[in-house]
Amino acid sequence: MNVNVPARNIGGYVPMIDGPEKVSGRAKYTADIVAPGQLAGRIYRSPYSHGEIVAVDVSEALKLPGVKAVVTGADCDKGFGVLPIARTEFPLARDKVRYRGEPVAAVAAVDDATAREALRCIKFTVRELPRYYTAKDALAPDAVPLHEDKPGNIERDVLFELGSTEQGFAEADLVREDTYNCAEVCQNQMEMHAAVADYDAVRERMTVHASTQVPYYVHLMLAQILDMDMSRIRVIKPHVGGGFGCRTETLAIELIAALLARKAQGTVRLVTTREETFITHRGRPETDIKLKIGMRKDGRITAVECDCNQRGGAHSGYGVVTILYAGSMLYAIYDLHNVKYVGRRVLTNTPPCGAMRGHGTVDLRFAFESLIDQMASELGLDPFAVRRANFLTAPTFTDNDLMVNSYGLPECLDWVERASGWKARKGKLGKGKGVSKGLGMACSHYISGASKPVNWTGEPHATVKIKVDFDGSVVVLSGAADIGQGSSTILVQSVAEVLGLDMARVRIVTGDSEVVPKDNGSYSSRVTFMVGNAAIDAAQNLKSLLIAAAARKLEARPEDIEALGEVYRAGAQDKGASFDEVVAEALKDSGTITVTGNYSTIPESHGGKKYRGAAIGGTMGYSYSVQVVEVSVDEETGVVSVDKVWVAHDCGKALNRLTVEGQVQGSVWMGVGQAMSEEAAYHDGLMLTANMLDYRVPTIKDSPPIEVGIVESMDPHGPFGAKEAGEGSLAAFLPALTAAIADAIGIRFNDLPVTPDRVFEAIEKRKRALEKHTGTGCA
Amino acid sequence: MKRLARLLEFTLNGRDRVDAVADNILLLDFLREQIGLTGTKTGCDGGECGACTVLIDDKPALSCLTLAATVQGKRVDTIESLGHDGRLSAVQRGFHEKLGSQCGYCTPGFVMASAGLLRKNPNPSDEEILAALGSNICRCTGYVKIIEAVKYAAALNAQGVAP
Repeated sequence: MNVNVPARNIGGYVPMIDGPEKVSGRAKYTADIVAPGQLAGRIYRSPYSHGEIVAVDVSEALKLPGVKAVVTGADCDKGFGVLPIARTEFPLARDKVRYRGEPVAAVAAVDDATAREALRCIKFTVRELPRYYTAKDALAPDAVPLHEDKPGNIERDVLFELGSTEQGFAEADLVREDTYNCAEVCQNQMEMHAAVADYDAVRERMTVHASTQVPYYVHLMLAQILDMDMSRIRVIKPHVGGGFGCRTETLAIELIAALLARKAQGTVRLVTTREETFITHRGRPETDIKLKIGMRKDGRITAVECDCNQRGGAHSGYGVVTILYAGSMLYAIYDLHNVKYVGRRVLTNTPPCGAMRGHGTVDLRFAFESLIDQMASELGLDPFAVRRANFLTAPTFTDNDLMVNSYGLPECLDWVERASGWKARKGKLGKGKGVSKGLGMACSHYISGASKPVNWTGEPHATVKIKVDFDGSVVVLSGAADIGQGSSTILVQSVAEVLGLDMARVRIVTGDSEVVPKDNGSYSSRVTFMVGNAAIDAAQNLKSLLIAAAARKLEARPEDIEALGEVYRAGAQDKGASFDEVVAEALKDSGTITVTGNYSTIPESHGGKKYRGAAIGGTMGYSYSVQVVEVSVDEETGVVSVDKVWVAHDCGKALNRLTVEGQVQGSVWMGVGQAMSEEAAYHDGLMLTANMLDYRVPTIKDSPPIEVGIVESMDPHGPFGAKEAGEGSLAAFLPALTAAIADAIGIRFNDLPVTPDRVFEAIEKRKRALEKHTGTGCA
Repeated sequence: MKRLARLLEFTLNGRDRVDAVADNILLLDFLREQIGLTGTKTGCDGGECGACTVLIDDKPALSCLTLAATVQGKRVDTIESLGHDGRLSAVQRGFHEKLGSQCGYCTPGFVMASAGLLRKNPNPSDEEILAALGSNICRCTGYVKIIEAVKYAAALNAQGVAP
């Protein structure tokens, strides 16, 4: 029996391994790749929202001195898209433009000023078509379809009923129905989209640096768009300045850069402006929800009926998955039966939406938690009690076949209830001068990676390689994309932990398709779970190999070897061999050591077949989160201040408490933005909020203290028991905020964001109604 | 296109230099594209996010709203100037060790704004920290750990580590 080294790399506060580069300006992001001779790329974007393309005249642009290449839709007739079933978007529009800002042509020139000048020489003519900026308009019976194969402008409709809602509502003591609207929101990650494409005309090879979450998808899409053999393409992901979902998809930017580079037979750096980054979008769609819930007097939910419309924008993107997630993820948090879900993903003449942090779940969770909070108050129940009346019992499968193995929701509830002083303080915060205070709570959950990847190839879900050579350093090779969430740190921690080594001995190489194994990418919070498990597997394989070498060197049986990290020995009396000596012995077998670790999800986790799309939502582990939010509402101005947030998150096992806290705080805070100030607004299809002043991201002065409680439910399949920590906490903030406002001033907001003008208007409206009622108003 | 240019004499990261600069080039683009110091980041289309913050004569300034020609005779410090003897400065350690930096893109701006604060005010109150960082946007951290990072940096600074 081999002795395991006690844990020392897992569970502590570990700063990120690439922190020193980031705080010193040495970390290179795509736009930082500045080289002599590289060309500047710029994109000409449609000034029309909807139209048939008559002409894209680039002749004058081509005549401009310094212009090296111009590409248009004529240069590429292949579609792209994240879902294999919906590759209907072209890097540069062909036949039609469908939103204002859609790329139409692009220029590579000797410098940026020349490229911008060339854009002004492009003459673009369209025959305009009717424009639909809301889901309602696009769904009108006489609306012209944006895409010919999508009649009625419905990208995807979903319908399922599991159990009987009719019977469920009949069993309820209280049935309530309400409508909710959540504004479209954008990731607005700090790094603007960028790509550097380098075409080697001699060898006919393409190298692309891209600010992406999934280098593998970029690789696939480049091959498709360029019609090049995949083996001639190399994709490099430098440091990435955030993503939050919009970079899960391959974006037109990296494809356009490559088309330009090939045409110019050189290197093109394409860095978009902040406005273009906004217009490229792929954020969370505007969502309209009608929700009906039946509840018994004890808080038990008896039936749920939900109708959900998403304004998806001009192209499919992730849309099919988003509308399915919204329905399937009604489950896996509470024990629900008798659920009916109707979802519609609608195509409109606005920039395409996509997968944003908490993909598909956030807006519906807002509606759901809001309605049960309101019903709890009508029934005279504590909101915590209502949640406790609807617990799942893990391990279990939900009605829609989602596998739940660990369930820390009860402990999360206990933690925030205690930490916030809920029992003593709820309803007793008192009123200041014109200021009312309130407390609200809500729950949310999320997956630890989709059990079935988007591109299902039959390969293991994740693969990690470890290389060990004469120098004794342990080098992890992984395709997992660190986009700031700290995935590289987690992988180094995991490998060091299994081998019992100090993290300093372990290095990691990521982000270069020429060197690292393929990875399905950083999306749906899959990396810690899937790639973490693969890293553990690789490290265990390495350890077995080293134990065999140590046994040979120490003339002992492998099962008697104690692997103590820096020392391998055959029993306590043995002085043993050092790690370097064991490595040297192992190298005699094969030369440089490379081991592989794999991870595959189990079929039971793949979700069901009970309705079309039922597999969406299947994961190996769900995270759970509960929040209590404390607010002060200024009734004179309508300004809501969040005084404090308490959040408990069940991440299975916190492999790194520092990064778990950071992820949870960041998620909650992104919820603050969506709930209180962020909104993508349009005028005649033009995004009015395509900058960081009009798109109101909370500043440090607007942002509340966020106290994190980590709940560890030890998932049986998670790496060291871990589950996701980077998304699940976002959604609960939204309903917890509106519940706190309702507690403070007695008005519940069903439409987001809850801006001061909306609060002010609601307070005024109530005042007027009261005056009318009591007859005290002015004439 | 005919360009007007001039000779710019200034001190960059402690070194005197003379450069030919176009009258219309921004300090940000001059640093990144011409000199090759890409630590200073472009995060927006002008004055929205603070990612390009540098110190001009020890005061935080947005290099995206500053013409390069206007730093004539001045001292400009970028993120690359921090740290001594290969070690991180107090502010850099704060942002690294307390996770004030996640994706890292806004970090050079926050670090320089914080360094500017601590040079002027080594023992800032919470309100002073919020005021000093109020025009820098971070999309990852929710700012909680950024505030901790600056406080930790102030404590390190008090022990003699330069900000």
